[in-house]
Amino acid sequence: MNELWQALHSAIDLVARRETAFIEIVLLSLRVSLSAVALATLVGLPLGAALAIYRFPGRRAATVLLNALMGLPPVVVGLLIYLMVSRAGPFGVFGLLFTPTAMIIAQIILVFPIIAALSRQIIEDYWRDYADLLRSLGAGRGRAVPTLLWDARFSLMTAVLAGFGRASAEVGAVMIVGGNIDHVTRTMTTAIALETSKGDLALALGLGIILLALSLVVNGLVFLLGEAAADAP
Amino acid sequence: MPPDKPYAILPLRLVALSYGVSAMRLIRDVTISLSSDNKTIVLGPNGAGKSLLLRLVHGLLEPTSGLVIWDGPEAARAARYQAMVFQRPVMLRRSVRANIAYALRLRGLGRAERTARVADILARTGLSGLAERPARVLSGGEQQRVAIARAWALQPEVLFLDEPTANTDPAATRAIEELIEAVHQAGAKVIMTTHDLAQARRLADDIVFVHGGQVLEHGAADQFFTAPRSKQARAFIRGDLIW
Amino acid sequence: MVKKAFLVTVLATWAMTGAALAADRFITLASTTSTQNSGLFDHILPLFTRQTGITVRVIAVGTGQALRLGQRGDADVLLVHDTPSEEAFVTAGYGVFRRPVMYNDFVLIGPRGDPAGVRGMSDIITALRAIAARQAVFVSRGDDSGTHKRERRLWRAAGIDAAAHSGSWYREAGAGMGQCLAIATGMKAYVLSDRATWLAFRRKTDLGIVVEGDPRLYNQYGVILVKGTPKPADSKAFIAWLTSPPGQSAIGAVTINGQRLFTPNAP
Repeated sequence: MNELWQALHSAIDLVARRETAFIEIVLLSLRVSLSAVALATLVGLPLGAALAIYRFPGRRAATVLLNALMGLPPVVVGLLIYLMVSRAGPFGVFGLLFTPTAMIIAQIILVFPIIAALSRQIIEDYWRDYADLLRSLGAGRGRAVPTLLWDARFSLMTAVLAGFGRASAEVGAVMIVGGNIDHVTRTMTTAIALETSKGDLALALGLGIILLALSLVVNGLVFLLGEAAADAP
Repeated sequence: MPPDKPYAILPLRLVALSYGVSAMRLIRDVTISLSSDNKTIVLGPNGAGKSLLLRLVHGLLEPTSGLVIWDGPEAARAARYQAMVFQRPVMLRRSVRANIAYALRLRGLGRAERTARVADILARTGLSGLAERPARVLSGGEQQRVAIARAWALQPEVLFLDEPTANTDPAATRAIEELIEAVHQAGAKVIMTTHDLAQARRLADDIVFVHGGQVLEHGAADQFFTAPRSKQARAFIRGDLIW
Repeated sequence: MVKKAFLVTVLATWAMTGAALAADRFITLASTTSTQNSGLFDHILPLFTRQTGITVRVIAVGTGQALRLGQRGDADVLLVHDTPSEEAFVTAGYGVFRRPVMYNDFVLIGPRGDPAGVRGMSDIITALRAIAARQAVFVSRGDDSGTHKRERRLWRAAGIDAAAHSGSWYREAGAGMGQCLAIATGMKAYVLSDRATWLAFRRKTDLGIVVEGDPRLYNQYGVILVKGTPKPADSKAFIAWLTSPPGQSAIGAVTINGQRLFTPNAP
C-alpha cells in the first residue's frame, strides 16, 4: 500500500518538475502510438469494410485469421521486426533498428488487426441494414464502402481507440526494436520496464499512473469531438 | 401526368416468375402484366410472399426461374427509372437534406442541380422545416416521409413501396398516403404491398392478390372487392385469418 | 475548437520529437543492464560527446544478448563483463579486438538471519557449498547476463548442479539485477549481485553483504570493436577515449555514497 502512495507522489512530482527527460519520453510515446494508429486506421478501416461487404472465396478464412491476429503477442512481433531490420536481416540497409520508425512499424502490425477486425464486424452489422437501400439506389459495393464508413463513424472511433489502447500500453515490441535508448527510443512503457528492473517500483508505478492519465486525456478529447460532431448532422 | 408522355420502361411483364430457397418454393409461377401508370396494390396476408415479389421485380433478388421483362425504350437501364421505399425506413446518419442529396449524387447529378431538386422535393413534401435535422432523430412516420421524398427526388417511373405504413400511427399513415397520391399525380406508377384491407380500399386502382406465393387474382380494385373470384380472397375480405 | 486543439497537439508532438532525432552523429554501444543502471553512462558519455560531437546510443541488455547484437552487426561497440565470452567473440571473427577497460566486483548478498552461516567467509566457493548443503533459498538472474554467467561458473567450480534444483531452493528469476534484489528481499534469500547495483538499491531491505573480496568475484569489463561496423572511425574514437586518461579518470570519478563503482584498468 505504501508503494501506491509513493507512486502517486512520484507521478505528481514528475508532472510538476517537467524535466526534459520526462517530457521527451511522453512525447515519444504519443508520437509512436498515434502514428501507428493513424496509419493502421488508414489501411485497416477500408480493408475491414471491404471484408464485410465483398464476397470472395476464402472470405471466412480471412475473417477468422484477422480476428486471430488481434491476439498477436507484442514480443513476438518485436522479434520478427527485429530479425527483418537488423543489419544482418533483409531490410538492414535502411538502418531502421533502434529508431522510432521501427517502433512505429511494429505497432502498426499489432494495431492493424484490431482495427480491421472490429471495423469488419461493425460494418457488417451496418451493411445488413443498409444493403437493400444502397442497392436500390444503385450503389455498388465500391460506393457502399465509404458510405458505410462514414455512417458508422462513431462505432468505428471506438475500434480506433481500442487500437490506441493496445499501442500505448504495449512494451514487448517497442523494447526489442527500439532498444530503450535514453533520449532516442525510450517510451513510457519501456521506462516503466526499466525502473521495474532497477527495483524502483514507486517510480515505475508513478509513470504508469501518468500513462493512464494520458490515455484518459486522449479518450476524453475523442469523446468531446464525438459529442460536438453528433450535434451537427 | 400528361397523357401523351411516353413510358420509359413500362409495361412490365412477369413470366413464370419463381423464387425458392433450398427446395422451398416461396414464389410460384407468377405471370402478370402491369401496363398503365395507376396505383397497383399487392394485397395478401402476412407471409404470402408480397415483399419477396416486390424485391424480385425491383431487382434486389434473383429469381430462381422465370423472367421480369421491362418494356419501352429504356428497358435496358430499367433500374434507373425505379425507386423503392422499405417497411423500415433506412436513414443515413446525416441530415434530412443530405439523405436526399445522397441519392441524387449517386445518380450523378451536379451540385447545382442537386441543391435545386432537394429544395423542390422538400417543399413538395412539406419537409422543409425538418431539412437540417439529423434524419435519425425523427419519428418513424417522419422518417418514412423522408424515404418517400428521397425516392421521389429520383423522378422514378415506378415507385415500389413495401408496407410503408405497417409501423406508423394513423396520423402518419394518412400523411404518407397523401404523399403517395402526390407522387402518383406527378407521374409515377405506384406498386405497393399491404396486408391492410382498408388501406387497399383507400388507395388501389387495381389489386394483385397474393396467397401462398401465388398470384390468385389480378384485376380492377372495385371488381376485386365486390366480386372476388377465389375462396381465399373471399375469406380474406371477410376478415378471416388465412395462410 | 476541440478538433483544432487535437490536431495542433498531434502535429506539434510529431514535429518536436522528429526534430530531436534529426542529423545526429552517433554510434551504437551495446552494454549490460547492470552497467547502465549503475549510472556510469550518464556520467561519462556526455564528456565524450562534448569532446568529439559523437553521441553514444546505449542499448542495455544482458551480456549474452549484447554479444548476439554484435554478432548480427546491430551494434558498433560492445562493453560487457564476461572475459571468456568476449575472447571467444573475437576469436570467432565477430570482433576486431578487445581491450580491458575497468573492473568492479560481485558481492554475495544474504538475509540478516544468514541460515547458511556464510557471513564473513572469504571463500565464495565454500559459501556456495554451504548454501547448497543447507538448501537455503538463492535467487539467480537466470537471464544469461554477465552476472548470471559468473554465477553459473562459480556453481560449476563448487561442483554443484544448481539448475537441477531450479524451483526448490534455487530460484531463477529471469529478471534484472535490481528486480532480483527486490525478489531476494521478499524471499529473504541469497543473491549474487554486482556492487554498483547493490549500492544503488534504494528500497528498504533486510539484506546485507555476506561475502566479498574473493578474487573469483572480481569482475573485469572489456570493450570490443565489432567487425564490419559502418562507423569504424567514430567507434575507434570512442574506444580510444574510454581507454585513455580522460575516459579512465571519468570512469574512476563515478561514485555512490562516496564509494567508487568501477576501477579503471586499461593498460
